[in-house]
Amino acid sequence: MSSETHVVEHGAEPAFRQHHFVDAEQQFSTSKIGMWLFLATEILMFGGLFVGYGLMQGVYPEAWVAGHHHLDRIMGAINTVFLLCSSFTMVMAVHASSTNQKSKTILNLLFTLAFAAGFLVIKYFEYSHKFHDGLLPGRYFAYHGGGPPQQAMFFGFYFVMTGLHGFHVVVGMALITWITIRASRGEFSSAYYTPVDLVGLYWHLVDLIWIYLFPLLYLVS
Amino acid sequence: MSDHAHAHSNSARVYVFTLAVLLILTGITVGAAYVNFGSSSINLFIAVGIATLKASLVALFFMHLRHDPPLNAIIFISSLIFLGLFLLFPWIDIYSRDRVVPYGLRVQAQPAAAQKQAPAPAAGEHGAAPAPAAAHH
Repeated sequence: MSSETHVVEHGAEPAFRQHHFVDAEQQFSTSKIGMWLFLATEILMFGGLFVGYGLMQGVYPEAWVAGHHHLDRIMGAINTVFLLCSSFTMVMAVHASSTNQKSKTILNLLFTLAFAAGFLVIKYFEYSHKFHDGLLPGRYFAYHGGGPPQQAMFFGFYFVMTGLHGFHVVVGMALITWITIRASRGEFSSAYYTPVDLVGLYWHLVDLIWIYLFPLLYLVS
Repeated sequence: MSDHAHAHSNSARVYVFTLAVLLILTGITVGAAYVNFGSSSINLFIAVGIATLKASLVALFFMHLRHDPPLNAIIFISSLIFLGLFLLFPWIDIYSRDRVVPYGLRVQAQPAAAQKQAPAPAAGEHGAAPAPAAAHH
């Protein structure tokens, strides 16, 4: 139904529609299904780390409590707020692009980038502090302040989980930059905003994973 | 069609409200971490419960699952079900048997930080440490 309205709006078959789809609506929902399938694989990839975390936390609870005392809750909480706000500006950008508000789309995407950059800056300070103290994973663990030796394993999980998540943040920033450029060229409209929507879904998943990482790593006690 | 337009005019307000609830829940979960509910696992369950509530809000409103065709939600939820299975069986395995590492070994290890233990000298209840467990250190 809405594909007919699109055709009426443009007076012709929209240029973005690929010939193997029945209409623009079908193309859009197919793209979304593909994105959700990708997100499912992301959840399972992080899932392996969460399972390992859950098992080792159960075996060495005292090492987990000792290890998490080296993490700064305030910094973790600020980063949580940054990511939640970035998710909000992202969904506002999707909403703006789906209602033909070009400048509002670009503004919200730039806000999202700013929050993401803030997240990485705080992460940089946290990491450099850990490096300085020798709180490193596995056999690189060189902290001399005492505590259970299995803290080395806690920091293994900490660095792999936040590192993989941080990598996703960097990829997300690259994708947001790409759609910001495309939005500034006026490529999106209510008829076609699929890339904004899909990058939005990816970005919300990055937020979703952090929502679990924050309590599991910073709030153990 | 009018329903669709209605959803659009409302959605900005829904997003603001969702963000507000997410920020409040973040405050609650940080605050709860400073309260001792009896054991660290109770604190962890509360924190993970709040995280699940937040994740549901993000998925339903920011990721539009509430208004999407159900197939997207089915894909999402089935990935969570498989993650649950993945978590469940190793958990049953770990928690339904005695500790692999003798308790005495871990207590002794604390003063000599980051030092590998020789085979536990007098590790009370279990005797010698099994080789695979020692590999974790």
